[in-house]
Amino acid sequence: MAPLVPSQAELDRRRIVDINPETVSNIPSTDFPGHWPGESHEWSLDKFREGFNVDFHNNEQFESSFSLVGLDASIANAFRRILMAEVPSVAIEYVFVHNNTSVIQDEVLASRLGLIPFKGSVEGINWMRWFKKPTDDDPESGSTPSDYNTIVLRLDIECTKNPNAAPNEDDPRKLYKNAHIYAKDITFHPVGRQEQFFIGEDAIQPVNPDILVAKLRPGQKIDMELHCVKGIGADHAKFSPVATATYRLMPDIQILRPIIGDDAKKFAKCFPHGVIGLEPVTRQEAAKKGSGYEGHEGETKAVVRDPFNDTVSRECLRHEEFQGKVKLGRVRDHFIFNVESTGQFDSDTLFLESVKVLKLKCARWKRGLMDLTR
Amino acid sequence: MSREAYQAPTMGGGNQNAFATDGAVSLEGPMVAYLCGECNSRVSLKRGDQIRCKECGHRVLYKERTKRMVQFEAR
Repeated sequence: MAPLVPSQAELDRRRIVDINPETVSNIPSTDFPGHWPGESHEWSLDKFREGFNVDFHNNEQFESSFSLVGLDASIANAFRRILMAEVPSVAIEYVFVHNNTSVIQDEVLASRLGLIPFKGSVEGINWMRWFKKPTDDDPESGSTPSDYNTIVLRLDIECTKNPNAAPNEDDPRKLYKNAHIYAKDITFHPVGRQEQFFIGEDAIQPVNPDILVAKLRPGQKIDMELHCVKGIGADHAKFSPVATATYRLMPDIQILRPIIGDDAKKFAKCFPHGVIGLEPVTRQEAAKKGSGYEGHEGETKAVVRDPFNDTVSRECLRHEEFQGKVKLGRVRDHFIFNVESTGQFDSDTLFLESVKVLKLKCARWKRGLMDLTR
Repeated sequence: MSREAYQAPTMGGGNQNAFATDGAVSLEGPMVAYLCGECNSRVSLKRGDQIRCKECGHRVLYKERTKRMVQFEAR
């Protein structure tokens, strides 16, 4: 028996998550085998390839926005979660305090330093390996710091009086030298093969040089050695390579019955600017019987221009005059991603990294399955 | 008893120190640097010295922070 093929209208209906005044309905996807009697929803690579589409909206170095169309929420969510928690990056992990006479306590300063995002040669960071932490049971099990797992930074600075300051100066930054310690005061000390990877522009350095780390007064000094290691966001948020990685579903607005005249203006105001356009009713539309436009030629009508920018505030559903005239929804398989990098990697390569991690996970799972069948 | 008349018990009492291994060292003692609580100048004292800043005469001195390295986890 040949499988039933649903009509295009039915397929379109299934693709939309309905957004009602108080509720959201038609949420789960139903395109899997066994849900619709007689229909085939067998997954096939060809069908996926045909329906899948990637579209970039903006692609700056540290922030990109793009649409993934035609994949399941589970996969899109996996990418998002991997971006935040499983793409590796480097951050300060161990702080060796030789001297710290500032007012900020050692442990507080250490945790502040850990959160500073660093950048450096991507090639070098990919070359680096994990630093295995010693466990409580076996303190000898940790790895020893080497050029391939630890980056050595130093913060060695002392605040002194500025002899050239004006006598009535009251800005501590001019009155003293090194009154404010910034991320740019952290120096990088390459060891071994790190000298080949992290040279010149590619040296390990803070992404934002003006992060305030501590404040000093004359006579106070900080002297510490900072060890950076590679880690993942699941271990600590400082290792997360993204500032934000989010997705939203593409909004869908359908005007079911004409909205004309002052109502149209009010309707447009219910949405962000540019989402709803106002156009004059054409002669053809006015001539068409049953369209709702009869006798309204030349008046303005509301049209959906750009649902992408809608926030789906549901404001239009509150008003009496739009009852039954508009249907809000979201396209279930259209994910608008927004990835903002902390600066170590370019935002578009970050997404590719997440794909790589998911692929590795799948390969590992497949190997596990193979072992089970053996 | 006035403040000036106060004598630290370890002072001038000869050699009754339990740690005294040889007389010369225990009398001299190592020099220890302190910081004045008033003028923040460095004051080096050895055992038996009067606890008093050499610059301003303030009588509160602070010990310097340990030179020993301390390790922290940045989390």
